[in-house]
Amino acid sequence: MRPRRALLFAGMAIFAILAIVASVVVMRFTPRTGTRAAAAPSPTAPAPPGRKIKAHLYYVSDKGTKLIGIERDVAYAENAAEQAREIVAAQVGPVAEPLVSAVPAGTTLRALFLTDNGEAFVDLSREIAAAHPGGTVNELLTIYTIVNVVTANLPAITSVQVLVEGKEVDTLAGHVDLRRPLTKNLAWVQ
Amino acid sequence: MNARSLPLLCVFFTLALAAALLSQSATPPSLTLLSKDGRRSLTIVMSGDQEFVGLDDLAAVFQLAVHEESGAITVSYKGKTIVLTPDQTLASVSGRLISLPAAPTRRGARWIVPLEFISRGLAPIYDARLELRKPSHLLLVGDIHVPRVTVRYDSVGAGGRLTIDATPRANSTVSQEGQHLTIKFEADALDITTPPLPTPANQDLVQGVRIVDATTLGVDLGPRFAGFKAAAQPVDTTTRLVIDVIAAQTETATPAPAPAPDLPGAPPPTELPPALNPPSVSIRTITIDPGHGGDDEGVRGAGGAKEKDLTLSLARRVKAVIEGRLGIRVLLTRDDDRNVPIDERTAIANNNKADLFVSLHLNGSFRRSASGAAIFCADFDEAARKAAASTGNERLPTFGGGLRDIDLVRWDLAQTRHVDQSMTFASILEQQFRGRIPLAEPAIDHAPLRVLESSNMPAVLIELGYLTNTDQEKLITGEAFQNSFVQSIYDSVLRFRDALASGATQ
Repeated sequence: MRPRRALLFAGMAIFAILAIVASVVVMRFTPRTGTRAAAAPSPTAPAPPGRKIKAHLYYVSDKGTKLIGIERDVAYAENAAEQAREIVAAQVGPVAEPLVSAVPAGTTLRALFLTDNGEAFVDLSREIAAAHPGGTVNELLTIYTIVNVVTANLPAITSVQVLVEGKEVDTLAGHVDLRRPLTKNLAWVQ
Repeated sequence: MNARSLPLLCVFFTLALAAALLSQSATPPSLTLLSKDGRRSLTIVMSGDQEFVGLDDLAAVFQLAVHEESGAITVSYKGKTIVLTPDQTLASVSGRLISLPAAPTRRGARWIVPLEFISRGLAPIYDARLELRKPSHLLLVGDIHVPRVTVRYDSVGAGGRLTIDATPRANSTVSQEGQHLTIKFEADALDITTPPLPTPANQDLVQGVRIVDATTLGVDLGPRFAGFKAAAQPVDTTTRLVIDVIAAQTETATPAPAPAPDLPGAPPPTELPPALNPPSVSIRTITIDPGHGGDDEGVRGAGGAKEKDLTLSLARRVKAVIEGRLGIRVLLTRDDDRNVPIDERTAIANNNKADLFVSLHLNGSFRRSASGAAIFCADFDEAARKAAASTGNERLPTFGGGLRDIDLVRWDLAQTRHVDQSMTFASILEQQFRGRIPLAEPAIDHAPLRVLESSNMPAVLIELGYLTNTDQEKLITGEAFQNSFVQSIYDSVLRFRDALASGATQ
């Protein structure tokens, strides 16, 4: 009996170890939804359909050297990060004449996340740099369209760092320093 | 040479020097050799953007022996050798390596070498002193005193002031003969641009300055001239001669000419200011940054003009004028069509301890109507200013023992220490541009521009105008606009130098 009992204990021990290992593996590789709510809001919390907020979007002034603010309806979202996404997506989307956008056509929002100290990281597709026509004023208008549309509509966000294709860039077209987050600057809005 | 032929030779030599110096601006350019024995001209050959001279011409003048064998050119002088390799910019001078801006090139049956071959290759092994002055196409041979002379004229109250700088120092005497002043320098020749002074707008007092002979300038005086006071003073390595020209009292019914608007606080018209400026905090080096380049074209106009080409050609013209007329060293961050990273552009200015940084650009707008030139200074937000202020002094050990206080600033915020002087220069630029080239409104702006933020000296970025505006493109590519722009930069540098000297920007 003794050897059979020992064998039973050994079997139970091996089973227990395997169970622990398996549970650890399962826990590690299961996505923990909801833990980074601010950075990546859960897609399972959509806004109630049809609800809108008023937001100021920015376009190029008639003289071409400043921005003008235009009030537009933008889809309502439950939290700041998702609301910022809705606003930036509306800003970089196509625009009808006679408005002219300082964001090059084809630019899309890849991602947007917030930090605890009020910085927004806005990740845009390559077109914002590759399709940019150049010129210091053009570049300033493009950058401050993005910076101002986030900071002016969402007061909790104080600065914006623009990323291109998920990476920090030096400049868009050789002028404006994008190594640091930029704060709201309404001097570029007439 | 016998004693009887000496006076004749001197006359010939003087006339020849004057002729050589007067013909400097003629094309094609030539290199003028000046020595105690006389003067010679060497033909300059252009290849790309570089100036070359024939190696055979140099051999004939300097008694060099040139041999070409097994793919190398050997230049010998009194037992010393220079070894050049075709298509290589490196050369060996008595066993030491030197670098040339371009490689020796075969042109027909002869070899041509860049002008710098004379200063970097030949000068170290030659018996006599060789001094190459590339901007003025002069080569000084032996112990010969040829100061660079610059002349400027300013209206001061009802009178006027001529400021004549000679570098290195040279004494001079001023005398009046009728309606002319004669300024005679104690020198072998003068290194001076032609004409020495652009024609003044108001010719009542001074009508112009001309070269009389190799060492003499003449000032033609106008009808209101009543007298002059001249005084000279050494400033660094320069002798500054200031001639205050006094105007005759005019009828009180006619208002006195307005004082120059850029001399705030000028004394009342009847009283001239002290004759001498205080010793200057001089500007020795300026870095001009032609924006974009290479595969980065910058803005392209509807008519095909490219920002990168315009910025380079204008930067070269500014360099030629400032170096030629003021004797200030001007460095370009690029002198050909290539893309230089932004940080490298700033590093060139910082590493060469430039006293001023000017980046040249052309603007673009999403709207075709946008127009006008603008001057940008760096813009730092509160966080950046705090970060810059939080560095400051640090006490570090030195090699010889002991401690030394080092003034530290983050390299990407270096401009925070120069914002006031940058703004002063921007204001001077605005004054000089106004009335000469179209300006945007506002003409001065602030923005977080990367090329300015790391510059450890007063720095501005100039947008000359909008290439996206067809009318502006035509204007900017025209000769008249470009001349006005270059002259405005020159005038601004002069006034900024004066502002620094007077302590107005401290």
